[in-house]
This record gives sequence, structure tokens and C-alpha cells, in this order.
Amino acid sequence: MNKPLLGLVLGGALGALDGLTALVSAPETKPQIMGIIAGSTGKGLIAGVLIGLIARKVNNLTASIVLGFVVAAVIALPFALGVDPATGKRYFWEIMIPGSIVGLIVGYATQKFGQPAVQRI
Amino acid sequence: MTLPREISEHLRRVLSRPEPTGGRYEIREPVGQGGMGTVYRAYDRELEREVALKVLRPDLVDAEAAPRLEREARILARLEHPGIVPVHDAGTLSDGRVFYVMKLVRGERLEEFASRATLTEILRLFLRICETIGFAHARGVVHRDLKPSNIMVGAFGEVLVLDWGIARILKEPELQEGGPTGTGAVDGTPADTAPGTILGTPGFMAPEQAEGLPHLVDARTDVFALGAILRSLLGQEGRKKDTPRPVASIWRRALVPDPAGRYPSADSLAEDVARFLDGEPVQAHRESLGERAGRIFRKYQTAIILVLTYLVIRFLFLATRGL
Repeated sequence: MNKPLLGLVLGGALGALDGLTALVSAPETKPQIMGIIAGSTGKGLIAGVLIGLIARKVNNLTASIVLGFVVAAVIALPFALGVDPATGKRYFWEIMIPGSIVGLIVGYATQKFGQPAVQRI
Repeated sequence: MTLPREISEHLRRVLSRPEPTGGRYEIREPVGQGGMGTVYRAYDRELEREVALKVLRPDLVDAEAAPRLEREARILARLEHPGIVPVHDAGTLSDGRVFYVMKLVRGERLEEFASRATLTEILRLFLRICETIGFAHARGVVHRDLKPSNIMVGAFGEVLVLDWGIARILKEPELQEGGPTGTGAVDGTPADTAPGTILGTPGFMAPEQAEGLPHLVDARTDVFALGAILRSLLGQEGRKKDTPRPVASIWRRALVPDPAGRYPSADSLAEDVARFLDGEPVQAHRESLGERAGRIFRKYQTAIILVLTYLVIRFLFLATRGL
């Protein structure tokens, strides 16, 4: 699987799982859980494909992990700054930290297991 | 009257110093001593470069030694591989001694490299040695004198397998691809492989070679020597305790006295070493549950650490909720 595609699949899957954890970490968000999962999945898909494209460019594991973290943090930021309309609470660190770590994981996985781009002559 | 030892040594060195005819090569100092000949640093005046010139030792000028050195030159000339020193020229000195000229290898002996290298660096280098020997085997040539002092490591980490003086040709066919191969001068059963004749280095010689059984000598004879090399590099005191058990199992399998119990080829030995380097289970070693868990953790440690970090963070958020 090429790196952007692997990033897309992994980012989406981990994003969905990350959204699901809200049921445990913030049970009061249960009525909005579908929206949270959809938003988290979308965030994971976007971050995943971007991280995959970066991994294809940089070809360096450490750089890929660090950039994965940065990209995921930047994409998570607008979500983290928002306020839950139902509870009126802001879940800044609850979204930022796990979301960024998912970016680390996707950055690692795309570089380690994704196929490099085919060289065309 | 007896000459002092230093003087007799000097005379012996001067007398054995080759004087090539034609003046193409300017002989400089000796750089190595093999079983059959001495290797000198020389200067090729025609091509204006330094070369290595191997010449038969004066005490070995007999009916068998000269053809053997010629054979060595022919074998080397036919084994065109980055891990084998290329031969540039061959001939006979004015005193009748046979010589050949090859690339001057700059680098260090394998033991020197291994003394400061990590386990992974040694194993990666060992793979290149196996690859070179596997190439020679594919060409029908068995080295028969593999040992650390016959292997050099170049400045860029390249491996050079030296001293093919007692190499044995097992088959000719592949040698003929790509053009004529000359006469049948490379003999499949040279005099030195007659039953009962023992050539090689103790400690690195396979039992079939040490017992003088040439009909049993094949690629697996070199596999034994490769196992002995691996053991000598990693099994030394001080390093022994750091050598993983799968690696020790690899050299133990290569060193099985019965050739049938060894790896069938240098390539299959290399594949097992590569498996170890890739974090895969090696064929020569049955791993315990703990070893398997350790291997899988080492292979995926970054991923495992990242996932654990994620889970710990999630757990911390859960645990501190409502505080």
C-alpha cells in the first residue's frame, strides 16, 4: 500500500477509534457521539493523507513521526478550540493530546510500512 | 662461519625480492604473505598506479606450486565480482617465478573491523562475505581457505575475499557464459586435492577437508568456514555474552560436522542472518515464548511505545476526570 493511501486508511480508522473513546472519557457526550466519531474520522482521514504525502517526500522515520505529530495537532486545533454546545465545555487537551499522538502513530506507520513512490524514468 | 641472524634475514629478503622483466612494475615493500606467495606493493609504470603483485615464494619453486599460482590467477580473473580482487596481469619473472598483478586493496583486516564494530555492522558485513562466496559457488568455485585474515574491509565498508590459492573448481559450465573461457587449464582435480592431501587452516577447515576427503568438498565446506568466521568474530571473550542466541544457533548449524546437517549454501546461511537482522525468526533456532515476545517487541518497539503512550494518555484523562 502506498504511503498516502496507508495514511488515509490508518488515519481514518484511528480517528474513528479515537472518537469512540469519548464514550469512556466523557460519557456526557453520548448524545453527540455519531457527530464526534464522524468529525474525528474526517480529521483522521485528512491528517492521514497529508502525513502519507509528507512521508513520501521526506523518507526519514524521525522526520515523518515529528511531522505527523505537527500535522495532526494543527488539524485537531480548530476542533479542540470549539465548545461542546450541549455541555458548554471545552475539551482542549482531551482532543489535542490524543489526536497528536494518533498523528505520531500514522507518521511512523506510513514511513515504516508504506511503499515508497515508484521511480519513473 | 655462521652469519648473524639479521644479516641472513636481510639476504633472504633481498634474494626473494622479485625483479620483473620489462620494467613495467617497480617493486616496493611486501604487504602480505600467503601460503604460496608473497604480495608486494608495486607501481605500474605503464598505467601509473599502485598495484599488488603476488609472486611465488622462492622456496616453493617446484612443479606443483607454479601451476597452482597460475590457477589462482585464472580463478580470480574469472570471478568478476565487487567482493573479489580483480587481476590485471600475469607472467613469469626472469628467475622463473610465476607472478600475477591485481588491484592493491586498501583497508583493514576483518578482525580489526570487527573489534570496534557493533553486532549489526558485523552481521551486515558478514552478509556481503556470504554473497561473495555464494557468487563463487554459483561459478563452481569453492574457496577452501576462508578465515578472517583472508578477508579485508575497504574504506567504504566493501568486502574483499582474498587468497584463492587453494580454491577448487567443482564445475565449469557457468564459467563459459559471456564468451570463450580459454583452455582447460583450470583443472577440476588438481594435484592438491588428491585424496589424503590436507590444505586449509585449522579452526576454519571443515572435517571433510581436514580429513583429506576431496570428494566430499563442496559449497558446504565453505559454509563451515563461514560459520567459524562468524563464531570467531562474535564468540570472543567480552563479546560472547552480548551475542544473541539465534546468532549462536546460526554459526552452530554452519559448523555441524556432517555436511548434510549444515546450511546447503552460503546463500541460505545469509538468508538466516538476514532474517535475524529483519527481526524475523531464524531457521536454525527454535525460540522460546519469551524470546519470541522480545523479538516482536524489538521489531515493533516504536509502534508499541506510541500505542502505549496513547493508551496511557487516555487512561490519565479518565483517571483525572472530575478532579
